[in-house]
Amino acid sequence: MAIEAVDHSHWSPLLGRLWWDAIPPDPIVWVTFAAVMMGGLALVAGLTYFKVWGYLWKEWFTSVDHKKIGIMYMILGIVMFVRGFADAIMMRLQQAIAFNGSEGYLPAHHFDQVFTAHGVIMIFFAAMPFVTGFMNYVVPLQIGARDVSFPFLNNFSFWMTTSGAVLIMASLFIGEFGQTGWLAYPPLSGIAYSPYVGVDYWIWSLQIAGVGTLLSGVNLICTIVKMRAPGMNMMKMPIFTWTALCTNILIVAAFPVLTAVLCMLSLDRYLGFDFFTNDFGGSAMMYVNLIWIWGHPEVYILILPCFGIYSEITSTFCGKRLFGYTSMVYATMVITILSYIVWLHHFFTMGSGASVNSFFGITTMVISIPTGAKLFNWLFTMYRARIRFELPMMWTVAFMVTFTIGGMTGVLLAVPPADFVLHNSLFLIAHFHNVIIGGVVFAVFAGINFWWPKAFGFKLHRGFGLVSFWCWVVGFYFAFMPLYVLGLMGVTRRTRVFHDPSLQIWFVIAAIGAAIIAVGIAAFIAQIAFSIWKRKELACGGDPWDARSLEWSTTSPPPHYNFAFTPVVHDIDAWTDMKRCEVEAPKSGFLPIHMPKNTGAGIILGGIATVFGFAMIWHIWWLSAITFLGMIGYAIFHTFNYDRDYHIPADEVAATEAAAHGQPLPAGA
Amino acid sequence: MTASTLDTMTQATTPTASPEQRTAAFYELEPHHHPEGASTMLGFWIYLMSDCLIFAMLFAAYGVLGGNFAAGPGPHDLFELPLVAVNTAMLLFSSITYGFAMLAMAKDNKGGTIGWLLVTAVFGACFLGIELYEFSNLIHEGATPMRSGFLTAFFSLVGTHGLHVTFGLIWLFTLVIQISKKGLIQSNKRRLMCLSLFWHFLDVIWIGVFTFVYLMGML
Repeated sequence: MAIEAVDHSHWSPLLGRLWWDAIPPDPIVWVTFAAVMMGGLALVAGLTYFKVWGYLWKEWFTSVDHKKIGIMYMILGIVMFVRGFADAIMMRLQQAIAFNGSEGYLPAHHFDQVFTAHGVIMIFFAAMPFVTGFMNYVVPLQIGARDVSFPFLNNFSFWMTTSGAVLIMASLFIGEFGQTGWLAYPPLSGIAYSPYVGVDYWIWSLQIAGVGTLLSGVNLICTIVKMRAPGMNMMKMPIFTWTALCTNILIVAAFPVLTAVLCMLSLDRYLGFDFFTNDFGGSAMMYVNLIWIWGHPEVYILILPCFGIYSEITSTFCGKRLFGYTSMVYATMVITILSYIVWLHHFFTMGSGASVNSFFGITTMVISIPTGAKLFNWLFTMYRARIRFELPMMWTVAFMVTFTIGGMTGVLLAVPPADFVLHNSLFLIAHFHNVIIGGVVFAVFAGINFWWPKAFGFKLHRGFGLVSFWCWVVGFYFAFMPLYVLGLMGVTRRTRVFHDPSLQIWFVIAAIGAAIIAVGIAAFIAQIAFSIWKRKELACGGDPWDARSLEWSTTSPPPHYNFAFTPVVHDIDAWTDMKRCEVEAPKSGFLPIHMPKNTGAGIILGGIATVFGFAMIWHIWWLSAITFLGMIGYAIFHTFNYDRDYHIPADEVAATEAAAHGQPLPAGA
Repeated sequence: MTASTLDTMTQATTPTASPEQRTAAFYELEPHHHPEGASTMLGFWIYLMSDCLIFAMLFAAYGVLGGNFAAGPGPHDLFELPLVAVNTAMLLFSSITYGFAMLAMAKDNKGGTIGWLLVTAVFGACFLGIELYEFSNLIHEGATPMRSGFLTAFFSLVGTHGLHVTFGLIWLFTLVIQISKKGLIQSNKRRLMCLSLFWHFLDVIWIGVFTFVYLMGML
């Protein structure tokens, strides 16, 4: 294609590299742009017409309530998930038709951006917001707290993550995205081979979102360590909170590595440093090591909270205490530690030698032991239980089967000689989708179905949920089992055009699988829409599943302050214990509750960060300088505001509680 | 919790106890108070450890690239230990004077706190000045960060530390203004303690830089 030959060397002091040639030369993108613009305009017009901007600003955008921030993370995740899935289905279609001399419908320059954007979006802007959203929403409720340790920081983290998402979405229409694969290995991602803005979009969207992730990690660790309800010692914490703690430890210990390595790549690209260059003593292999020292813990950052979600669901719908709580805790901690000493298995073929490869091969296999222990714990919880096959439980069972298959192909890949054959092939693609979809995506749907009633006070519709479930599970197997076959036949990943016609049938099956998944996603969205429409019929109380942890002891949705009185914990399944003792919540004697005030500082800083990233990407230096100083100046300005909290008056608490429990106001409250 | 209250608690957590007893056992009717900003020191400490990892990466990069001179100058051609020794002394002095600021804070001596903070800022600014002087000398000699892997890693590691000191100074001056406006109120004390952690942390990092980059480079 001629696109690679386009000269992008234009630069002006005012607009930097931004010029007419930033419009992508691709009709598919124009149509998408037109559709997005019309959709966006319709949304803005609708919001303006119904006058909800003020409501959104006051009640959501500036909110420091962990529940609202959690929900906003989930919405961000869903939006970005749909975008990432659109990339996926484009790839499936391209690979299904690019046979027998056909070039398919995606030019190389576009196809390379699609597979890069798909990976980046799914990991950073779909899976991460989902996981962070769950932790934000659930953890404070599970530990009986009224908010997180640093509520403002929580809001700021969310907007930094969103800022990164905005930048990556902008890359679709202004300029280009990276064509490097999701981890942007140099020298391909160096300035010599990726001279235009693609890699810079990648760098700055991840760098800005990374700040948010890191800070939310610090925040949740402090919350879990410092704000547990009285009586809840570490070994009485709900398993989801345990996995959240371990995940946030991983975040704090892994994301700085990403920050550093992105900085190094930026210095190479912007200032001509020699970290990863081929000449002047740089080392591209160092990049591969550093990025995977972040990257491997990252996959456990995603999966550990999902294990927590499955654990909560399994014990709830089996009506039993989780089998092997203690071993579950230790398994989680062992995985946390081991996840740091396996990174080299991502590049056994780099040539580190037999002994190094053996070490990392063995540590990788060892990780399957605590993971296996977890699976047995879930199975033994289910053993001889009266299992209620509600939607969350169905997703959990699908996970157990699917994840086990994916885990076993992972152990296969952990054997270095086998990896030399399978490295970079579709077998690997099938493996990690097997564990990430089977592990993380299924957990997201399980978790949404499980906690939705808590967040909104009504259940999600079962019929649409079943359609979504079966389409997803069946579609997954159709979409990815063929990739195992193709991988074993030696087909490499990220390939755009094929010459062997015998491969086509497998790609066609995979494309059909992706189409079935698309129906599953549509059914999920329909499930949400239909349930909101029928919310009166689907309304439920505080504890619709007869669940076991403290978040179910308050009303659905919980009041702003979560708990009028802080619960006291005597048992692992604290809420089950309270139900066993038939404890009644106090109905009088309410006291003023101390809460943090909302603030616009988070969204304003996030907005400036977006402009800063955009200016850096396009080399608009004056704007970069202004926005950088603006961020620092505004942050300092924010520290001069000492008036950050208020008290909810006791009679307001009493009124809220009475309304939530359908009781008359207590006299004299 | 005394043994007798524990006993009552255990009895209260059985269905046979009276409803009031059970409510009292499972709900905190008299709220406990978290001191304001109770998690801040822990949170800031965790943040510092994450920052420490950024430096760890830069040290690692220096370890990998530090010998790659690309036929350019090496440590023996570039480093002037006496200058770096003076520089190190500046930073160490600034840590001591920050300690004096904290002592003044503990005595609720507002003027003393601000005074020692300003002395700390002078030492910090001297450190930065000497570092910039060193950098400009190197660049004039042609030893730019673009020259070799070694110089890339050197400038990044030392420069990142210098940037931290710069931000520390901005923070310090912000705090000086806030203390003079609001006095040594609890939240300002907490901020002073955070900056104290940050400042001493930078000192520790610098000891690593001085040892591994400068001293071992000159061996």
